[in-house]
Order: sequence, then structure tokens, then C-alpha cells
Amino acid sequence: MKLFFSIQGGDFTRAGHPSSEVKKVLKQLDIDGKTIKNIVIALYEAEVNVVAHAWRGTVSVEIDENKIIIVVEDEGPGIPDIEQAMQAGFSTASKKVREMGFGAGMGLPNMKKNTDELIIESEVGKGTKVKMINCF
Amino acid sequence: MIGNPTYHSLDPAKCIGCTHCMKVCPTEAIRVVNGLAVIDDDRCVYCGQCHRACPTHAFFVVQDDLAMIRSFKYRVILFPSIMIGQFPEKYSEDQIYDGLKKVGFTHIYEVEQPQQVLIDSINEVLKDKETPKPAISIYCPAIVRLIQGRYPSLTENLILRKAPHNLAAHFAIEQLMLEGALREEIGLFYATPCIAKIAAVKSPVGESESIVDGIVNMNKLYNEVMKVISDGEVEDHSVQRQNLSAEGIMWSLTRGESCHFGSRSIAIDGINNAVRFLERLENDQVHGIDFIEMRACDQSCAGGILLTGNRFMTVERLERRAKRYPAAKDISSEKIRVNTEGLKEKLILDPISHKPHFIFGKDRLKAMEKMNRAQRIVCFLPGIDCGACGAPNCHALAEDMVNNKAKMSDCIFLQQMWEDEGKITAGKALLNVQKKWGTDRFKADCNKRGRRNEGF
Repeated sequence: MKLFFSIQGGDFTRAGHPSSEVKKVLKQLDIDGKTIKNIVIALYEAEVNVVAHAWRGTVSVEIDENKIIIVVEDEGPGIPDIEQAMQAGFSTASKKVREMGFGAGMGLPNMKKNTDELIIESEVGKGTKVKMINCF
Repeated sequence: MIGNPTYHSLDPAKCIGCTHCMKVCPTEAIRVVNGLAVIDDDRCVYCGQCHRACPTHAFFVVQDDLAMIRSFKYRVILFPSIMIGQFPEKYSEDQIYDGLKKVGFTHIYEVEQPQQVLIDSINEVLKDKETPKPAISIYCPAIVRLIQGRYPSLTENLILRKAPHNLAAHFAIEQLMLEGALREEIGLFYATPCIAKIAAVKSPVGESESIVDGIVNMNKLYNEVMKVISDGEVEDHSVQRQNLSAEGIMWSLTRGESCHFGSRSIAIDGINNAVRFLERLENDQVHGIDFIEMRACDQSCAGGILLTGNRFMTVERLERRAKRYPAAKDISSEKIRVNTEGLKEKLILDPISHKPHFIFGKDRLKAMEKMNRAQRIVCFLPGIDCGACGAPNCHALAEDMVNNKAKMSDCIFLQQMWEDEGKITAGKALLNVQKKWGTDRFKADCNKRGRRNEGF
């Protein structure tokens, strides 16, 4: 089954909506609680990344019998050095974003930790595409 | 429905199928069938929202016969401190205690004692490094059931220590047996402020059997006491309250628990607030909090559905009362002859199981197919959650349809469209609605809500 959401850059009040909806569906499918938690944490981090850095983005979710594939795609500044961004604590978040309690530089590392497979493609000045796969 | 026994029910003579209860239920446990509300006991968490929403007071709560206390030699009434806050100010604590004796009880125990034992016991759990944080109190049984059903992954955060009514029950037994009573001569009765506590006492979660012999609804007990209460001079009963502490009196109110535990704690009251917070907690968006107190009612137990008094006045009276009582730590366990360690052991709960509702069955492929179908159905429903189909919202109707509990024709919007498209006759459409709501629904009736002289 498929789910689709859009995310508005800069609007922290709405971050968390797609992850909550995905969680609801996974619970109804009786997926193991720990797996759901991993997926929700990873997706929430991805959402916050779009809200904090990009202008707008989309979340496409595909669920089949054995796995969930989540693609978060945004139009934004892109990531110049993905390897650097993957390091814990590395952050380019603005002071304003940090003051709101986000941007601690744990986003990508957290996503890596909570997914079975994480693929990041990015083009500077255009945007970033994050693909996350979790097996049930 | 096989499963949970039920502790509240609906009087079909009073229910007008108005859908108010259905709309406020936090677990979507209510449907209107044949013009009457029906509760799904497997989903119900006993929060009492439906009782509050009902304009005709059609819900009623199970109750043990008060006469059954007579079969015991030692008749103990256990009641939460908020009970005292129900009575008009002119009645003293002794006059209320005296009233309870006249009703037929021989011993009176407010449940929040000896509170230091429970505080220490919970602190031991919190100190344990294995305890997942934030640890969540099990004090409110509606919250425990909500977590079991809707947030099963959080059951491991529940603190496995029993509630005050267990504390007082074990304490009362110990003290009476010291006085020479035999266990079978002691009858324990619990005055309950809500249905959730009834369920917790009658079919406890994480306990093998219930410790009390019966329950009395607090509003019923209030009426009984008011019949016999004396305005004049009464016997001094203060010896029965010598173990009661300020902490104990405040325990059932909001922040009554959380103020004692952890370096950072949160107190939440109101079932909808709890739902929103648990949602965040489950998403791992809450950090650094050690302890969470969570109660289903606004103003915690002072807002329980079986209370008579105004909740804010109850809180105020208890706050003033607490000032007159000693701190829990100043009540020495030697003086009250309590075996602290033995009592602590009795407070340990068994692990609490998951009981997820909202799942579409065990076969994942079939479940996904059903969810896909439900999603498609939602596209055709009006999305205004009117409730005229007998389900709380369009999404719930779609889910009911794929679970073969509802039909497309239950939606009055779809019916209207089909009529316009010539797919069904107007007569057939009316018949469909009558089947759902009964023929009486279409008759003029001056007893409806908002009729003349009743006002809106």
C-alpha cells in the first residue's frame, strides 16, 4: 500500500504529521513495536531535516508484506559533503533552528541507526532525496 | 462480544442515539446500532468520556449491593481522600467518618496510607537502571488500558507498583489481624470515584486476583452518608487517620504524584491530553524526563465521574486539609506497627501485557488489502464526520465496512447520490435510514433535547 504527504519548509508546528500517520498504519498492520519505533524516529528526523533546511518536500511511503520503503525528497540547498553530514554532531542548522531544539547534528546519524538501508542522493542548489528501507 | 466483562452499560429506555458519546470516545469504541449506542468492551478503556457527554444520563455503572457488607465481622471501607472533599464544608472529618460507621462499616481507611511505603517503593523502581525512562505511573487504570491498547510499545515504561487502594487494603488486613481478626472475617470495600477504578479492582491488570470483596460507587456512598450524617457532636475518630499524610491527601490530585519523583517530571490530566502526549512519547520526541503522572480525568480524581462535588472546590478543600496533616516521612513505621518490607513486596505488579486494538487481523497481506480498500472507500465518503452512519467518523466507517460491520448504504451522502443517479428509490433510501435509526427517529417528538421550556 502507498501513502503520500507533503512537507512545508520552515513550518516546525506541522513536522511529525507524516510519521504519526505512518505509525498509525503500521500499528494497524500489527508490526512489531520496536520496528515501528525505528521507522518513526528515522522518518521524523527526515521530516525535520526538510523543515529545517529545505523549501518544500514530499514523503512517499510504500509498504509491502516484508518491508517499508520511505522516500523523502526535497527542493532545497542540497548537501555538499554527505560523508561529513553523516558524522554525529555535524550541523549546518541556523541559530534560530537550534534555539527551537532542533539541529543538533544527529539527524542523518540517527536515520542511519534506525534504518536497515539508507541511500542519500543530493545535488547542491537543487535538493536532496533520502531513501530509507526497513524490513519487518 | 467475548472478552472483557463490562462495568458500565446503557439504559436502552434512556438512550436517544444522539451520537454525543460516540464522538467523544478516545478509542472509537462506540457505534450507534438500531438507534442505540453500543460499547465495544474490547476497545473501551473506561475513561468515562461517554458518561460526561450523555445528555440523558443513559449510562450506568455496575455496583455491588451494599447489603453484602453485613456478611463480614470486620467491615472495612477503603476510600480515596477526595471523598472527604465531596461533602459540604460544614461537615467535619469526624462527622463524615461517623456517617460511614452509621452506614454499617466498622473500620475506615483512606487509601493513601501509609504513603511513604509507596513513595519509597516507586523510588526503588526509578533508581533501577533497567527501568525505561520516562517511567509512567500506573495510578490511573484508564491510562494503563489506553497504553495497552493504543500504545503497546509503552507498556514497558509502566511502573510495576500497585495503586493506593492495594496499599491500604494490605495495610488494613495487617492491622486488623494484629487486633486478632481472622482473614476471612475481614470484608474490604472500595469506594470508587470512576469506572476505571471499578475495572481495576474487579479485573485487575498485572495482579492475579482482586484484593477487595466489593465496590461502592462514591456517589451512592455519598447519598447513603448524607442520609445519616449528624450535625452535632460526634465521637473522635482521629485515631483512624493517624497514618494519613499531606502527601497521601494530595496523591489523587494533579501533580500529587509527580512532585515526588525524578529530577524532571511531568503531570498530565485529561484523556485527550494524555493521547496527544503518548503519541509524542511513542515517537521518541520526549527526552530527559524521568517520571510521568497521567490521569484520564481533568483535575485527576477530583474530576471522576462518580463524584458529587465540584472538582475545583474538591481540590481546594483537599489542599487546605493537607496543610493540617504531617509529612509522610514523619509518620514512623514503628508507631503504626507496619511491616514496611512485607508491605512493599505486596505492592509489586506482574508485567503488563499488550492488548492492541485497531489491528486488522494477524495475516499481514490480508490486513494490507483491507487497509487499501478502506483508503479507497474514504475517497467516496463526504469527510465531514457527521455520525449519521452510526460510526464516529468517515474513516471509522470505512474500517467497519472492510471488517463487514457496516455497509456503503450506511452513509446518507452516498445514498443521496445514488438516489440522484437513479440507482435506488427514495423509498428504499428512507428504509435504509430507518433500519439504522428506527422509525421513531422520523416522528415529531416534543421530548427531544431543546424542546420547549428546556432551553438549549
